[in-house]
Amino acid sequence: MKISQQEVEHVAKLARLELSDQEKAKLTDQLSNILTYVEKLNELDTKGVEPTAHVLDMKNVMRDDAVEPSLSQERALANAPEKAAGHYKVPKIIE
Amino acid sequence: MNYEAVIGLEVHAQLQTNTKIFCSCETAFGEEANTRTCPVCIGMPGVLPVLNRKAVEYIIKTGLATDCTINRSSRFARKNYFYPDLPKGYQISQYELPVCEHGKVEIVVDGQVRTIGITRIHLEEDAGKNLHQSGGNSSLVDLNRAGTPLMEIVSEPDLRTPEEATEYLKKLRSILRYIEVSDADMEKGNFRCDINISLRPAGSTTFGTRAEVKNVNSFKFVQKALEYEIKRQAQILDEGGKVVQETRLFDSSKNVTFSMRSKEEAHDYRYFPEPDLVPIVTSQETIDGIKATIPELPDAKRSRFVRTYGLPEYDAYMLTQTKALAAYYEEAAGLSGQPKVVSNWMMGELMRLMNAENREIEESPIRPDKLAGMIKMIGEGTISTKIAKTVFEEMYKSGKDAATIVKEQGLTQVSDTGAIEKIIAEVIAANPAQHADYKAGKEKLFGFFVGQVMKASKGKANPDLVNDLLKKKLNE
Repeated sequence: MKISQQEVEHVAKLARLELSDQEKAKLTDQLSNILTYVEKLNELDTKGVEPTAHVLDMKNVMRDDAVEPSLSQERALANAPEKAAGHYKVPKIIE
Repeated sequence: MNYEAVIGLEVHAQLQTNTKIFCSCETAFGEEANTRTCPVCIGMPGVLPVLNRKAVEYIIKTGLATDCTINRSSRFARKNYFYPDLPKGYQISQYELPVCEHGKVEIVVDGQVRTIGITRIHLEEDAGKNLHQSGGNSSLVDLNRAGTPLMEIVSEPDLRTPEEATEYLKKLRSILRYIEVSDADMEKGNFRCDINISLRPAGSTTFGTRAEVKNVNSFKFVQKALEYEIKRQAQILDEGGKVVQETRLFDSSKNVTFSMRSKEEAHDYRYFPEPDLVPIVTSQETIDGIKATIPELPDAKRSRFVRTYGLPEYDAYMLTQTKALAAYYEEAAGLSGQPKVVSNWMMGELMRLMNAENREIEESPIRPDKLAGMIKMIGEGTISTKIAKTVFEEMYKSGKDAATIVKEQGLTQVSDTGAIEKIIAEVIAANPAQHADYKAGKEKLFGFFVGQVMKASKGKANPDLVNDLLKKKLNE
Protein backbone atom coordinates (compact mmCIF):
# COMPACT_ATOMS: atom_id res chain seq x y z
CA MET A 1 0.00 0.00 0.00
CA LYS A 2 1.37 3.35 -1.07
CA ILE A 3 1.24 6.31 1.25
CA SER A 4 1.64 9.83 -0.12
CA GLN A 5 4.07 12.42 1.17
CA GLN A 6 1.07 14.67 1.95
CA GLU A 7 -0.27 12.00 4.30
CA VAL A 8 3.09 11.74 6.01
CA GLU A 9 3.12 15.51 6.43
CA HIS A 10 -0.41 15.44 7.88
CA VAL A 11 0.41 12.70 10.39
CA ALA A 12 3.65 14.48 11.32
CA LYS A 13 1.74 17.67 11.94
CA LEU A 14 -0.81 15.89 14.16
CA ALA A 15 2.10 14.39 16.11
CA ARG A 16 3.82 17.78 16.28
CA LEU A 17 6.88 16.44 14.47
CA GLU A 18 9.02 18.69 12.32
CA LEU A 19 10.54 16.75 9.44
CA SER A 20 13.14 17.75 6.86
CA ASP A 21 12.38 17.06 3.19
CA GLN A 22 14.87 14.21 3.32
CA GLU A 23 13.15 12.65 6.35
CA LYS A 24 9.75 13.02 4.71
CA ALA A 25 10.90 11.11 1.64
CA LYS A 26 12.53 8.41 3.75
CA LEU A 27 9.51 7.99 6.04
CA THR A 28 7.09 7.92 3.11
CA ASP A 29 9.06 5.03 1.75
CA GLN A 30 9.35 3.20 5.08
CA LEU A 31 5.70 3.66 6.04
CA SER A 32 4.62 2.41 2.62
CA ASN A 33 6.71 -0.72 3.13
CA ILE A 34 5.27 -1.32 6.59
CA LEU A 35 1.71 -0.92 5.34
CA THR A 36 2.36 -3.25 2.43
CA TYR A 37 3.70 -5.83 4.85
CA VAL A 38 0.70 -5.56 7.19
CA GLU A 39 -1.64 -5.63 4.20
CA LYS A 40 -0.84 -9.33 3.89
CA LEU A 41 -3.32 -9.86 6.74
CA ASN A 42 -6.13 -8.90 4.37
CA GLU A 43 -5.61 -12.23 2.62
CA LEU A 44 -7.01 -14.04 5.67
CA ASP A 45 -10.66 -14.96 5.76
CA THR A 46 -11.88 -13.54 9.11
CA LYS A 47 -15.53 -14.32 8.62
CA GLY A 48 -16.96 -15.59 11.89
CA VAL A 49 -13.93 -14.51 13.92
CA GLU A 50 -14.71 -12.27 16.90
CA PRO A 51 -12.84 -8.96 16.70
CA THR A 52 -10.05 -8.92 19.28
CA ALA A 53 -10.78 -6.31 21.94
CA HIS A 54 -7.57 -7.05 23.77
CA VAL A 55 -4.67 -9.43 23.33
CA LEU A 56 -4.91 -10.60 26.92
CA ASP A 57 -7.78 -12.95 27.62
CA MET A 58 -9.02 -10.89 30.55
CA LYS A 59 -12.15 -8.88 31.27
CA ASN A 60 -13.67 -6.67 33.95
CA VAL A 61 -10.51 -5.71 35.78
CA MET A 62 -11.91 -3.09 38.13
CA ARG A 63 -11.29 -1.48 41.51
CA ASP A 64 -13.56 -0.31 44.29
CA ASP A 65 -14.50 3.34 44.52
CA ALA A 66 -12.34 4.02 47.58
CA VAL A 67 -10.20 7.14 47.97
CA GLU A 68 -6.48 6.76 48.47
CA PRO A 69 -4.01 9.56 49.20
CA SER A 70 -2.92 11.69 46.26
CA LEU A 71 0.50 13.20 45.67
CA SER A 72 1.29 16.42 47.48
CA GLN A 73 1.27 19.50 45.30
CA GLU A 74 5.01 19.76 45.70
CA ARG A 75 5.62 16.20 44.50
CA ALA A 76 3.10 16.48 41.68
CA LEU A 77 4.91 19.53 40.34
CA ALA A 78 8.44 18.26 41.06
CA ASN A 79 9.21 17.34 37.45
CA ALA A 80 7.54 20.35 35.86
CA PRO A 81 9.97 22.47 33.84
CA GLU A 82 8.08 25.55 34.98
CA LYS A 83 5.51 26.18 37.70
CA ALA A 84 3.67 29.11 39.26
CA ALA A 85 1.23 29.43 42.15
CA GLY A 86 0.80 25.68 42.55
CA HIS A 87 0.16 25.18 38.83
CA TYR A 88 2.03 23.79 35.85
CA LYS A 89 3.14 26.76 33.80
CA VAL A 90 2.86 26.31 30.04
CA PRO A 91 3.22 28.56 27.01
CA LYS A 92 0.14 30.73 26.56
CA ILE A 93 -2.76 28.86 25.00
CA ILE A 94 -4.22 30.93 22.19
CA GLU A 95 -7.99 30.64 22.03
CA MET B 1 -37.59 30.72 3.13
CA ASN B 2 -39.10 28.63 5.88
CA TYR B 3 -36.55 26.40 7.59
CA GLU B 4 -36.70 23.56 10.05
CA ALA B 5 -33.90 23.23 12.57
CA VAL B 6 -32.33 19.82 13.16
CA ILE B 7 -30.68 19.68 16.57
CA GLY B 8 -28.65 17.01 18.31
CA LEU B 9 -27.08 17.39 21.74
CA GLU B 10 -24.02 15.85 23.36
CA VAL B 11 -24.17 16.07 27.12
CA HIS B 12 -21.19 15.46 29.36
CA ALA B 13 -22.37 14.53 32.84
CA GLN B 14 -19.94 14.02 35.70
CA LEU B 15 -20.55 10.81 37.62
CA GLN B 16 -20.82 11.27 41.36
CA THR B 17 -18.19 8.73 42.33
CA ASN B 18 -15.79 9.27 45.23
CA THR B 19 -12.72 8.64 43.08
CA LYS B 20 -11.54 9.26 39.55
CA ILE B 21 -12.30 6.86 36.74
CA PHE B 22 -8.88 5.20 36.44
CA CYS B 23 -7.16 5.95 39.76
CA SER B 24 -7.99 6.34 43.45
CA CYS B 25 -7.62 10.12 43.65
CA GLU B 26 -10.56 11.92 45.18
CA THR B 27 -12.92 13.71 42.78
CA ALA B 28 -13.14 17.14 44.35
CA PHE B 29 -14.41 20.52 43.32
CA GLY B 30 -12.74 23.74 44.42
CA GLU B 31 -9.74 22.15 46.15
CA GLU B 32 -6.30 23.73 46.03
CA ALA B 33 -4.71 23.26 42.59
CA ASN B 34 -2.84 19.99 41.89
CA THR B 35 -3.54 18.37 45.26
CA ARG B 36 -5.77 15.57 43.91
CA THR B 37 -3.44 13.91 41.44
CA CYS B 38 -1.26 10.81 41.20
CA PRO B 39 1.11 9.30 38.63
CA VAL B 40 -1.87 7.75 36.76
CA CYS B 41 -3.92 10.90 36.23
CA ILE B 42 -0.94 13.10 35.45
CA GLY B 43 0.27 10.60 32.88
CA MET B 44 3.63 9.51 34.24
CA PRO B 45 5.39 6.90 32.09
CA GLY B 46 4.71 3.26 32.86
CA VAL B 47 1.56 3.65 34.92
CA LEU B 48 -1.60 1.67 34.27
CA PRO B 49 -5.22 2.79 34.59
CA VAL B 50 -7.64 0.60 36.59
CA LEU B 51 -11.33 1.10 35.97
CA ASN B 52 -13.65 2.32 38.76
CA ARG B 53 -16.41 -0.29 39.23
CA LYS B 54 -18.87 2.36 40.41
CA ALA B 55 -18.51 4.33 37.17
CA VAL B 56 -19.51 1.26 35.17
CA GLU B 57 -22.46 0.61 37.46
CA TYR B 58 -23.62 4.24 37.09
CA ILE B 59 -23.46 4.29 33.32
CA ILE B 60 -25.36 1.00 33.07
CA LYS B 61 -27.97 2.45 35.44
CA THR B 62 -28.26 5.51 33.19
CA GLY B 63 -28.60 3.33 30.12
CA LEU B 64 -31.38 1.31 31.73
CA ALA B 65 -33.20 4.47 32.84
CA THR B 66 -33.13 5.79 29.26
CA ASP B 67 -34.21 2.59 27.57
CA CYS B 68 -30.79 1.80 26.09
CA THR B 69 -29.39 -1.54 25.04
CA ILE B 70 -26.49 -2.41 27.33
CA ASN B 71 -23.70 -3.85 25.19
CA ARG B 72 -22.58 -7.17 26.58
CA SER B 73 -19.04 -6.30 25.61
CA SER B 74 -17.67 -2.79 25.65
CA ARG B 75 -14.18 -1.35 25.33
CA PHE B 76 -12.16 1.82 25.64
CA ALA B 77 -10.34 3.77 22.95
CA ARG B 78 -7.71 6.47 22.83
CA LYS B 79 -8.67 9.82 21.38
CA ASN B 80 -5.43 11.49 20.39
CA TYR B 81 -4.85 15.24 20.51
CA PHE B 82 -2.49 17.68 22.19
CA TYR B 83 -3.64 20.19 24.72
CA PRO B 84 -1.95 21.31 27.95
CA ASP B 85 -4.85 20.11 30.12
CA LEU B 86 -4.47 16.58 28.72
CA PRO B 87 -1.34 15.12 30.32
CA LYS B 88 -1.13 11.88 28.33
CA GLY B 89 -1.61 13.41 24.89
CA TYR B 90 -4.75 11.30 24.55
CA GLN B 91 -8.07 11.01 26.31
CA ILE B 92 -9.30 7.58 27.30
CA SER B 93 -12.79 7.45 25.85
CA GLN B 94 -14.93 4.98 23.93
CA TYR B 95 -15.43 4.74 20.19
CA GLU B 96 -16.68 1.40 18.96
CA LEU B 97 -18.75 -0.59 21.46
CA PRO B 98 -19.83 2.09 23.96
CA VAL B 99 -21.48 0.79 27.15
CA CYS B 100 -25.00 1.89 26.10
CA GLU B 101 -26.74 2.40 22.73
CA HIS B 102 -30.15 2.95 21.13
CA GLY B 103 -32.07 4.57 23.99
CA LYS B 104 -34.76 7.21 24.23
CA VAL B 105 -36.44 9.71 26.51
CA GLU B 106 -39.82 11.35 26.24
CA ILE B 107 -40.39 15.08 26.46
CA VAL B 108 -43.57 17.14 26.50
CA VAL B 109 -43.57 20.45 24.65
CA ASP B 110 -46.78 22.46 24.14
CA GLY B 111 -48.79 19.48 25.31
CA GLN B 112 -47.24 17.23 22.67
CA VAL B 113 -45.27 14.14 23.67
CA ARG B 114 -42.11 13.64 21.62
CA THR B 115 -39.65 10.78 21.74
CA ILE B 116 -36.01 11.78 21.49
CA GLY B 117 -33.58 9.03 20.55
CA ILE B 118 -30.31 8.50 22.37
CA THR B 119 -27.60 7.27 20.03
CA ARG B 120 -25.11 6.19 22.65
CA ILE B 121 -23.80 6.77 26.15
CA HIS B 122 -20.13 6.18 26.76
CA LEU B 123 -17.56 6.56 29.52
CA GLU B 124 -14.57 8.84 29.33
CA GLU B 125 -12.18 10.80 31.50
CA ASP B 126 -12.32 14.57 31.96
CA ALA B 127 -9.34 16.82 31.24
CA GLY B 128 -7.67 19.26 33.64
CA LYS B 129 -8.34 22.96 33.80
CA ASN B 130 -6.42 25.74 32.08
CA LEU B 131 -6.16 29.18 33.60
CA HIS B 132 -5.41 31.95 31.21
CA GLN B 133 -3.59 34.87 32.72
CA SER B 134 -4.60 38.07 31.10
CA GLY B 135 -1.68 39.94 29.64
CA GLY B 136 1.01 37.39 30.50
CA ASN B 137 2.55 35.02 27.99
CA SER B 138 1.84 31.82 29.86
CA SER B 139 -1.12 29.71 30.96
CA LEU B 140 -1.49 27.71 34.17
CA VAL B 141 -2.70 24.12 34.42
CA ASP B 142 -4.52 22.46 37.32
CA LEU B 143 -4.90 18.69 36.91
CA ASN B 144 -7.27 18.04 39.85
CA ARG B 145 -10.11 17.45 37.38
CA ALA B 146 -8.05 15.25 35.04
CA GLY B 147 -9.45 11.73 35.16
CA THR B 148 -12.83 12.64 36.64
CA PRO B 149 -15.41 10.17 35.29
CA LEU B 150 -17.75 11.54 32.64
CA MET B 151 -20.62 10.06 30.74
CA GLU B 152 -21.17 11.41 27.26
CA ILE B 153 -24.82 11.15 26.29
CA VAL B 154 -25.32 11.64 22.56
CA SER B 155 -28.83 12.29 21.25
CA GLU B 156 -30.16 11.55 17.80
CA PRO B 157 -30.81 14.67 15.69
CA ASP B 158 -34.45 14.45 16.76
CA LEU B 159 -34.86 17.91 18.32
CA ARG B 160 -36.49 20.64 16.25
CA THR B 161 -36.73 23.77 18.40
CA PRO B 162 -34.75 25.50 21.16
CA GLU B 163 -37.67 24.73 23.52
CA GLU B 164 -37.44 21.00 22.76
CA ALA B 165 -33.68 21.10 23.32
CA THR B 166 -34.12 22.75 26.72
CA GLU B 167 -36.90 20.34 27.69
CA TYR B 168 -34.74 17.37 26.69
CA LEU B 169 -31.87 18.62 28.84
CA LYS B 170 -34.18 19.16 31.80
CA LYS B 171 -35.58 15.65 31.43
CA LEU B 172 -32.12 14.17 31.23
CA ARG B 173 -30.99 16.10 34.31
CA SER B 174 -34.08 15.01 36.19
CA ILE B 175 -33.44 11.34 35.35
CA LEU B 176 -29.75 11.52 36.34
CA ARG B 177 -30.73 13.03 39.68
CA TYR B 178 -33.52 10.52 40.28
CA ILE B 179 -31.15 7.60 39.80
CA GLU B 180 -28.43 9.42 41.77
CA VAL B 181 -25.56 8.96 39.34
CA SER B 182 -24.78 12.66 38.82
CA ASP B 183 -25.77 15.86 40.54
CA ALA B 184 -25.92 17.31 37.00
CA ASP B 185 -25.10 20.75 38.37
CA MET B 186 -24.52 23.05 35.39
CA GLU B 187 -23.03 25.81 37.53
CA LYS B 188 -20.27 23.51 38.74
CA GLY B 189 -19.70 22.29 35.19
CA ASN B 190 -20.97 18.81 36.05
CA PHE B 191 -23.48 18.89 33.18
CA ARG B 192 -22.10 20.45 30.00
CA CYS B 193 -23.59 20.53 26.59
CA ASP B 194 -22.32 20.59 23.00
CA ILE B 195 -24.91 21.53 20.37
CA ASN B 196 -25.09 20.30 16.79
CA ILE B 197 -27.45 22.31 14.62
CA SER B 198 -28.29 22.55 10.95
CA LEU B 199 -31.21 23.95 8.98
CA ARG B 200 -33.14 22.47 6.09
CA PRO B 201 -36.11 23.72 4.08
CA ALA B 202 -39.33 22.87 5.93
CA GLY B 203 -40.60 19.52 4.72
CA SER B 204 -37.20 18.32 3.51
CA THR B 205 -35.85 15.01 4.82
CA THR B 206 -32.16 15.47 4.04
CA PHE B 207 -29.75 17.16 6.44
CA GLY B 208 -28.09 20.52 5.91
CA THR B 209 -24.50 21.34 6.90
CA ARG B 210 -24.22 21.60 10.67
CA ALA B 211 -22.30 23.80 13.02
CA GLU B 212 -21.21 22.65 16.46
CA VAL B 213 -21.44 24.98 19.45
CA LYS B 214 -19.16 23.72 22.22
CA ASN B 215 -19.45 23.83 25.97
CA VAL B 216 -22.69 25.67 26.60
CA ASN B 217 -23.25 25.63 30.34
CA SER B 218 -26.78 26.72 31.20
CA PHE B 219 -30.28 25.96 29.96
CA LYS B 220 -30.76 29.61 29.13
CA PHE B 221 -27.54 29.72 27.11
CA VAL B 222 -28.55 26.60 25.16
CA GLN B 223 -31.80 28.33 24.25
CA LYS B 224 -30.01 31.59 23.30
CA ALA B 225 -27.23 29.87 21.36
CA LEU B 226 -29.80 27.90 19.34
CA GLU B 227 -31.93 30.97 18.65
CA TYR B 228 -28.86 32.79 17.41
CA GLU B 229 -27.65 29.89 15.25
CA ILE B 230 -31.06 29.46 13.64
CA LYS B 231 -31.09 33.14 12.72
CA ARG B 232 -27.49 33.10 11.52
CA GLN B 233 -27.79 30.00 9.37
CA ALA B 234 -31.14 31.11 7.89
CA GLN B 235 -29.59 34.37 6.83
CA ILE B 236 -26.64 32.61 5.15
CA LEU B 237 -28.98 30.24 3.31
CA ASP B 238 -31.37 33.04 2.29
CA GLU B 239 -28.47 34.91 0.76
CA GLY B 240 -27.55 31.84 -1.24
CA GLY B 241 -24.49 31.09 0.86
CA LYS B 242 -23.26 27.85 2.44
CA VAL B 243 -23.04 27.08 6.14
CA VAL B 244 -19.47 26.14 7.06
CA GLN B 245 -19.07 22.96 9.08
CA GLU B 246 -17.10 24.24 12.06
CA THR B 247 -16.85 24.46 15.82
CA ARG B 248 -18.23 27.60 17.40
CA LEU B 249 -18.37 29.04 20.92
CA PHE B 250 -21.17 30.93 22.63
CA ASP B 251 -20.56 34.40 24.04
CA SER B 252 -23.09 34.78 26.82
CA SER B 253 -22.53 38.51 27.24
CA LYS B 254 -23.58 39.21 23.65
CA ASN B 255 -25.84 36.19 23.04
CA VAL B 256 -23.96 35.30 19.87
CA THR B 257 -21.87 32.34 18.69
CA PHE B 258 -18.50 32.81 17.03
CA SER B 259 -16.13 30.59 15.10
CA MET B 260 -13.40 28.85 17.09
CA ARG B 261 -10.83 28.61 14.32
CA SER B 262 -7.87 27.49 16.41
CA LYS B 263 -8.98 23.88 16.89
CA GLU B 264 -10.30 23.16 13.40
CA GLU B 265 -7.52 20.96 12.09
CA ALA B 266 -7.31 19.01 15.33
CA HIS B 267 -10.43 17.03 14.43
CA ASP B 268 -8.39 14.04 13.32
CA TYR B 269 -8.36 12.09 16.56
CA ARG B 270 -6.95 8.78 15.27
CA TYR B 271 -8.97 6.65 17.70
CA PHE B 272 -7.59 3.22 18.42
CA PRO B 273 -8.40 0.55 21.02
CA GLU B 274 -6.92 1.35 24.44
CA PRO B 275 -4.33 -1.37 25.09
CA ASP B 276 -4.04 -0.57 28.83
CA LEU B 277 -7.63 -1.57 29.64
CA VAL B 278 -9.39 -4.87 29.13
CA PRO B 279 -13.02 -5.12 27.92
CA ILE B 280 -16.05 -4.60 30.14
CA VAL B 281 -18.21 -7.70 29.84
CA THR B 282 -21.65 -7.29 31.38
CA SER B 283 -23.77 -10.30 32.33
CA GLN B 284 -27.55 -10.35 32.41
CA GLU B 285 -27.25 -10.97 36.14
CA THR B 286 -25.33 -7.71 36.61
CA ILE B 287 -27.86 -5.82 34.49
CA ASP B 288 -30.76 -7.26 36.49
CA GLY B 289 -29.04 -6.36 39.75
CA ILE B 290 -28.62 -2.75 38.67
CA LYS B 291 -32.13 -2.59 37.26
CA ALA B 292 -33.45 -3.45 40.72
CA THR B 293 -31.86 -0.30 42.15
CA ILE B 294 -33.64 2.08 39.76
CA PRO B 295 -36.39 3.99 41.55
CA GLU B 296 -39.68 5.08 40.00
CA LEU B 297 -38.65 7.57 37.28
CA PRO B 298 -40.17 11.03 36.64
CA ASP B 299 -42.53 9.94 33.82
CA ALA B 300 -43.93 6.99 35.74
CA LYS B 301 -44.30 9.10 38.86
CA ARG B 302 -46.09 11.82 36.93
CA SER B 303 -48.72 9.48 35.54
CA ARG B 304 -49.16 7.89 38.95
CA PHE B 305 -49.73 11.32 40.53
CA VAL B 306 -52.43 12.02 37.95
CA ARG B 307 -54.01 8.62 38.58
CA THR B 308 -53.70 8.38 42.34
CA TYR B 309 -54.15 11.96 43.44
CA GLY B 310 -56.35 13.22 40.62
CA LEU B 311 -53.89 16.02 39.86
CA PRO B 312 -53.89 17.93 36.57
CA GLU B 313 -50.97 16.95 34.25
CA TYR B 314 -49.25 20.26 34.88
CA ASP B 315 -49.28 19.89 38.68
CA ALA B 316 -48.05 16.31 38.39
CA TYR B 317 -45.26 17.39 36.03
CA MET B 318 -44.10 20.19 38.32
CA LEU B 319 -44.24 18.10 41.49
CA THR B 320 -42.17 15.28 40.01
CA GLN B 321 -39.29 17.49 38.86
CA THR B 322 -37.12 16.16 41.65
CA LYS B 323 -37.41 13.07 43.81
CA ALA B 324 -37.30 15.20 46.97
CA LEU B 325 -40.16 17.42 45.82
CA ALA B 326 -42.28 14.40 44.91
CA ALA B 327 -41.55 12.76 48.27
CA TYR B 328 -42.49 15.97 50.10
CA TYR B 329 -45.74 16.10 48.17
CA GLU B 330 -46.65 12.49 48.81
CA GLU B 331 -46.05 12.83 52.53
CA ALA B 332 -48.16 16.00 52.84
CA ALA B 333 -50.89 14.65 50.57
CA GLY B 334 -51.09 11.44 52.58
CA LEU B 335 -51.17 13.17 55.97
CA SER B 336 -53.74 15.79 55.01
CA GLY B 337 -55.93 13.62 52.83
CA GLN B 338 -56.36 16.59 50.48
CA PRO B 339 -53.98 16.04 47.56
CA LYS B 340 -55.15 18.89 45.34
CA VAL B 341 -55.06 21.44 48.17
CA VAL B 342 -51.50 20.34 49.02
CA SER B 343 -50.51 20.78 45.37
CA ASN B 344 -51.99 24.28 45.30
CA TRP B 345 -50.09 25.35 48.40
CA MET B 346 -46.83 23.81 47.22
CA MET B 347 -46.99 25.26 43.73
CA GLY B 348 -48.25 28.61 44.97
CA GLU B 349 -47.05 29.92 48.31
CA LEU B 350 -44.28 27.42 49.02
CA MET B 351 -42.56 27.69 45.61
CA ARG B 352 -42.92 31.46 45.71
CA LEU B 353 -41.15 31.76 49.06
CA MET B 354 -38.54 29.10 48.21
CA ASN B 355 -37.74 30.53 44.78
CA ALA B 356 -37.33 34.00 46.21
CA GLU B 357 -34.51 32.64 48.36
CA ASN B 358 -33.28 30.12 45.80
CA ARG B 359 -33.81 27.26 48.24
CA GLU B 360 -34.35 23.60 47.49
CA ILE B 361 -37.31 21.69 48.92
CA GLU B 362 -35.01 19.83 51.31
CA GLU B 363 -34.30 23.16 53.00
CA SER B 364 -37.93 24.18 53.44
CA PRO B 365 -38.57 25.33 57.01
CA ILE B 366 -42.12 24.03 56.59
CA ARG B 367 -41.93 20.25 56.68
CA PRO B 368 -44.65 18.15 55.00
CA ASP B 369 -46.32 17.26 58.32
CA LYS B 370 -46.65 20.95 59.18
CA LEU B 371 -48.14 21.81 55.80
CA ALA B 372 -50.57 18.92 56.18
CA GLY B 373 -51.47 20.13 59.68
CA MET B 374 -52.32 23.59 58.40
CA ILE B 375 -54.40 22.22 55.53
CA LYS B 376 -56.32 20.08 57.99
CA MET B 377 -57.10 23.19 60.03
CA ILE B 378 -58.54 24.84 56.93
CA GLY B 379 -60.60 21.74 56.16
CA GLU B 380 -61.96 21.65 59.70
CA GLY B 381 -62.89 25.33 59.53
CA THR B 382 -60.49 26.36 62.30
CA ILE B 383 -58.86 28.92 60.03
CA SER B 384 -59.96 30.48 56.76
CA THR B 385 -57.89 30.17 53.59
CA LYS B 386 -57.15 33.85 53.87
CA ILE B 387 -55.82 33.57 57.43
CA ALA B 388 -53.94 30.46 56.34
CA LYS B 389 -51.77 32.62 54.11
CA THR B 390 -50.67 34.63 57.13
CA VAL B 391 -50.16 31.44 59.13
CA PHE B 392 -48.17 29.94 56.26
CA GLU B 393 -45.77 32.86 56.08
CA GLU B 394 -45.30 32.72 59.84
CA MET B 395 -44.64 28.97 59.63
CA TYR B 396 -42.05 29.64 56.94
CA LYS B 397 -40.35 32.29 59.04
CA SER B 398 -40.43 30.58 62.42
CA GLY B 399 -40.70 26.87 61.59
CA LYS B 400 -43.52 26.61 64.18
CA ASP B 401 -46.59 24.51 63.41
CA ALA B 402 -49.89 26.06 62.38
CA ALA B 403 -51.77 25.21 65.60
CA THR B 404 -49.17 27.02 67.73
CA ILE B 405 -49.23 30.10 65.52
CA VAL B 406 -53.03 30.23 65.45
CA LYS B 407 -53.13 29.93 69.22
CA GLU B 408 -50.38 32.46 69.89
CA GLN B 409 -51.83 35.06 67.56
CA GLY B 410 -55.50 34.37 68.22
CA LEU B 411 -56.21 33.63 64.57
CA THR B 412 -58.90 31.02 65.09
CA GLN B 413 -61.71 31.46 62.63
CA VAL B 414 -64.92 32.87 64.11
CA SER B 415 -67.77 30.55 63.21
CA ASP B 416 -69.99 31.71 66.04
CA THR B 417 -73.20 32.96 64.39
CA GLY B 418 -74.00 35.38 67.18
CA ALA B 419 -70.60 37.06 67.07
CA ILE B 420 -70.73 37.45 63.29
CA GLU B 421 -74.28 38.78 63.37
CA LYS B 422 -73.16 41.39 65.88
CA ILE B 423 -70.38 42.59 63.57
CA ILE B 424 -72.78 42.62 60.60
CA ALA B 425 -75.25 44.76 62.53
CA GLU B 426 -72.48 47.23 63.38
CA VAL B 427 -71.26 47.40 59.79
CA ILE B 428 -74.76 47.99 58.42
CA ALA B 429 -75.41 50.67 61.03
CA ALA B 430 -72.18 52.43 60.12
CA ASN B 431 -72.95 52.45 56.39
CA PRO B 432 -76.62 53.49 56.02
CA ALA B 433 -76.16 55.09 52.59
CA GLN B 434 -74.61 51.97 51.05
CA HIS B 435 -77.30 49.86 52.69
CA ALA B 436 -80.01 51.99 51.11
CA ASP B 437 -78.32 51.78 47.69
CA TYR B 438 -78.00 48.03 48.04
CA LYS B 439 -81.67 47.66 48.84
CA ALA B 440 -82.45 49.89 45.86
CA GLY B 441 -80.83 47.30 43.62
CA LYS B 442 -77.11 48.04 43.63
CA GLU B 443 -76.19 44.43 44.34
CA LYS B 444 -72.55 45.00 43.56
CA LEU B 445 -72.31 46.59 47.00
CA PHE B 446 -72.55 43.13 48.53
CA GLY B 447 -68.81 42.74 48.05
CA PHE B 448 -68.24 46.00 49.89
CA PHE B 449 -70.16 44.73 52.92
CA VAL B 450 -68.29 41.41 52.92
CA GLY B 451 -65.05 43.34 52.90
CA GLN B 452 -66.13 45.56 55.78
CA VAL B 453 -67.23 42.61 57.89
CA MET B 454 -64.01 40.70 57.23
CA LYS B 455 -62.01 43.79 58.09
CA ALA B 456 -63.94 44.35 61.30
CA SER B 457 -63.30 40.72 62.27
CA LYS B 458 -59.60 41.10 61.41
CA GLY B 459 -60.05 38.44 58.74
CA LYS B 460 -61.11 35.82 61.24
CA ALA B 461 -64.80 35.55 60.40
CA ASN B 462 -65.76 32.37 58.57
CA PRO B 463 -66.31 33.69 55.01
CA ASP B 464 -69.09 31.23 54.16
CA LEU B 465 -71.02 32.18 57.26
CA VAL B 466 -70.46 35.87 56.57
CA ASN B 467 -71.90 35.43 53.09
CA ASP B 468 -75.01 33.64 54.31
CA LEU B 469 -75.74 35.91 57.26
CA LEU B 470 -74.97 39.11 55.39
CA LYS B 471 -77.37 38.23 52.59
CA LYS B 472 -80.13 37.71 55.14
CA LYS B 473 -79.41 40.83 57.16
CA LEU B 474 -79.03 43.17 54.21
CA ASN B 475 -82.40 42.17 52.87
CA GLU B 476 -84.26 42.50 56.16
